[in-house]
Amino acid sequence: MRKLLTGNEAIARGAYEAGVRVACAYPGTPSTEILENIAQYSEIDSQWSTNEKVSVEVAQGACFAGARVLVAMKHVGVNVAADPLFTLGYNGVNGGFIFVSADDPGMHSSQNEQDNRYYAKFMKTVLLEPSDSQEAKELVGQGLEISEQFDTPVLLRTTTRISHSKSLVSLSPRQEIPLKPYEKNPVKNFVMPAHQRIKRPGIEDRLQRLAKYADTFPGNRVEEGGAEFAVITSGPGYLYAKEALGDRATYLKLTMTWPLPAGLIRDFIDKHGKVYLVEEGEPFLEEQINALGLSVIGKELFPRIGELSAAIVREKLLGTALQRLTVDCSAVPGRPPVLCAGCPHRGVFAMVAKSADIVTSDIGCYSLGFMSPLNVGDTCIDMGASIPNALGFAKVLPDRKIVATIGDSTFLHSGITGLIDLVYNQGAVTVVILDNRITGMTGHQQNPASGFDIHGKPAPQVDLEQIVRACGITSLWTVDAYDLAQTNAALQAALASGGPAVVIARRPCILIQRNVVREPLEIAADLCKRCKACLKVGCPAIEFAGGVVRIDSVMCTGCGVCRQVCKFGAMRKAGGAQ
Amino acid sequence: MKQPINILIVGVGGQGTLFAGKVIGSVAERCGFDVKQSEVHGMAQRGGSVVTYVRFGNNVVSPLVEKGEADIIVAFEQLEALRWSEYLKPAGTIIVNELKISPMPVITGAAQYPDNIFARLEQAGVSTIRVNAGQLAADSGNPKALNIVLLGLLAKRLPVARELWDAAISEVGPAQSRAANLLAFDKGWTF
Ligand SMILES: Cc1ncc(C[n+]2csc(CCOP(=O)(O)OP(=O)(O)O)c2C)c(N)n1
Repeated sequence: MRKLLTGNEAIARGAYEAGVRVACAYPGTPSTEILENIAQYSEIDSQWSTNEKVSVEVAQGACFAGARVLVAMKHVGVNVAADPLFTLGYNGVNGGFIFVSADDPGMHSSQNEQDNRYYAKFMKTVLLEPSDSQEAKELVGQGLEISEQFDTPVLLRTTTRISHSKSLVSLSPRQEIPLKPYEKNPVKNFVMPAHQRIKRPGIEDRLQRLAKYADTFPGNRVEEGGAEFAVITSGPGYLYAKEALGDRATYLKLTMTWPLPAGLIRDFIDKHGKVYLVEEGEPFLEEQINALGLSVIGKELFPRIGELSAAIVREKLLGTALQRLTVDCSAVPGRPPVLCAGCPHRGVFAMVAKSADIVTSDIGCYSLGFMSPLNVGDTCIDMGASIPNALGFAKVLPDRKIVATIGDSTFLHSGITGLIDLVYNQGAVTVVILDNRITGMTGHQQNPASGFDIHGKPAPQVDLEQIVRACGITSLWTVDAYDLAQTNAALQAALASGGPAVVIARRPCILIQRNVVREPLEIAADLCKRCKACLKVGCPAIEFAGGVVRIDSVMCTGCGVCRQVCKFGAMRKAGGAQ
Repeated sequence: MKQPINILIVGVGGQGTLFAGKVIGSVAERCGFDVKQSEVHGMAQRGGSVVTYVRFGNNVVSPLVEKGEADIIVAFEQLEALRWSEYLKPAGTIIVNELKISPMPVITGAAQYPDNIFARLEQAGVSTIRVNAGQLAADSGNPKALNIVLLGLLAKRLPVARELWDAAISEVGPAQSRAANLLAFDKGWTF
């Protein structure tokens, strides 16, 4: 049976078929749907973890205990999880261990474009690069086999286009893989320097054996075609090369790319002489191929920035382009993402804008507070950076009013350590925790503050106030994010406290508040003075057109933020009621 | 079909473009075609410009449709029609819903919503089908089913029998909206 699946759905299916028993992740685009789909298989114990490092460590425990495991994260998640991952390369595995890094060339939803293939080399582990959903599914099983056979963790690396593109996949039944027996083995699993020195030479030996294996790996294959071009390619590059060149080229399609299948590459280059390397992103393969003393035509022709495309391959190798219409697309306004109508973050940012001089922000929907017209946020770097960044600002610019804004999921992911640091080092910073009770930006995943687990079943809910107090904060306010006066008063008091302070602005995300009665507002034309104060909160449901301010009654949720900024009482419930 | 059929569905995050993509994928599968599809999740879904690419035929390699390659574009919103119009083949067709949704730069007054979108398409010689899908959806008794009305307009122009569309809509959509969805689809199909 064949089914149309995204790469992420296919990876989930692969985990199911390959007998995975434990799967963990922290969400992150474009990887999120892997765990969302795995969670639908009752045979797999799946969980959202508080962050990527934790997810890897839970999976490690399960792997030591003898189960096949899978962990998934977005590319920057590997940075967070790098510590346990690097050392796992020394320990090796008991049950198979595969971790997925979903990279984001072109930065559709990310803060950087890091090419995580380099991690495989750095961690001395195995790199698998699928080009479509079928391969993605198969590589999970094959990767787990390699993991167990060679006693190594395995990196399965996708990109946005692999994770979020659908193609047909043949399904197979689940293989039940018995647990590997667990035996206490300190030399293998307890990282005393003396133990690690014993294992260290074995890692180099393992890499050599893996390199030999890579030459015979079935996914590394020559696809015979025309003699016009000889192309080495992997991952999404393969799709674009094949789309542009079709049968005119002969391809060496690589799927296991680290350790490098040096024998295959050498033979291919010896045979064809002039060989093009079509790889998206950094010259990862090119550098390794050059290190073998071989040459290919790669980045001298193809960009290393952004995504590759069939159009680029066509232009660079064939010198042609598709015929196109010329439409007058001048002055087409952009359509940046926005905080939703009714988003509880909006009013908080409107109040922060009034009281703060410098705002260090963080990663989530609330990063959008930065967009015009709210324009709130001086910095945003990586998850958890807001609070330590603010402390750094406070050290250097003590006269400024400094606010850090951070979401509930981000706070639990990596904000707590920053808050402890802030209290310990007594920085005059007000931290605003935007507690919308969900992991919003990545599509509403549950988290420890939401009170539900990955299956939507009730779970113990952490008490943010207690955590904040336990970190040593004594100046703490909890406010309703929809109540602007209350929020403003708390912010003023917090900033006046002259020390570390926290304001928890609480209100569930409008997109999950399905049970709330929504009463859209309208504008009383006779009361509206067209001062446009309401437009400054940047709600997509309010517009100034044809000389009047108008509220879109379908989009408006009746959150009342605009009503509170209107000095003339011009907002009323649709239908005329006050 | 030696050459795949290339479709773009464009709109604003939250408008239901993903559902339309799912139905087309399911139909192509039912026909026994090879099919590939690509869409953008994440940040853009918060009211940003969104696109789904669908390609089907005997053999499809890349999941993306490039500029100059689309046989049909379905635009759920006018400005998005203009933004993505260069993806059309010179002989392609664009189905444009008349709806206008102001992006934030227009709301804040930093930019203007172009008022001559249909004229620009016409000037470039684009074969354009103009429709008020919201009205048709309301006529069908289901004002929210604008995406399914637009799907009906698209479906009519593809080499696939009506029964297969009905079956796919019934399968992909929730059972309780099946009848309403089919009514909305018919409004588009018979437009
Ligand atoms: C290390 C890392 N992991 C994951 C992500 C993906 N990511 C971006 S925002 C976000 C969720 C933020 O949720 P929350 O803090 O609750 O804010 P909300 O979006 O709900 O406003 C995640 C998981 C990331 N950018 N970096």
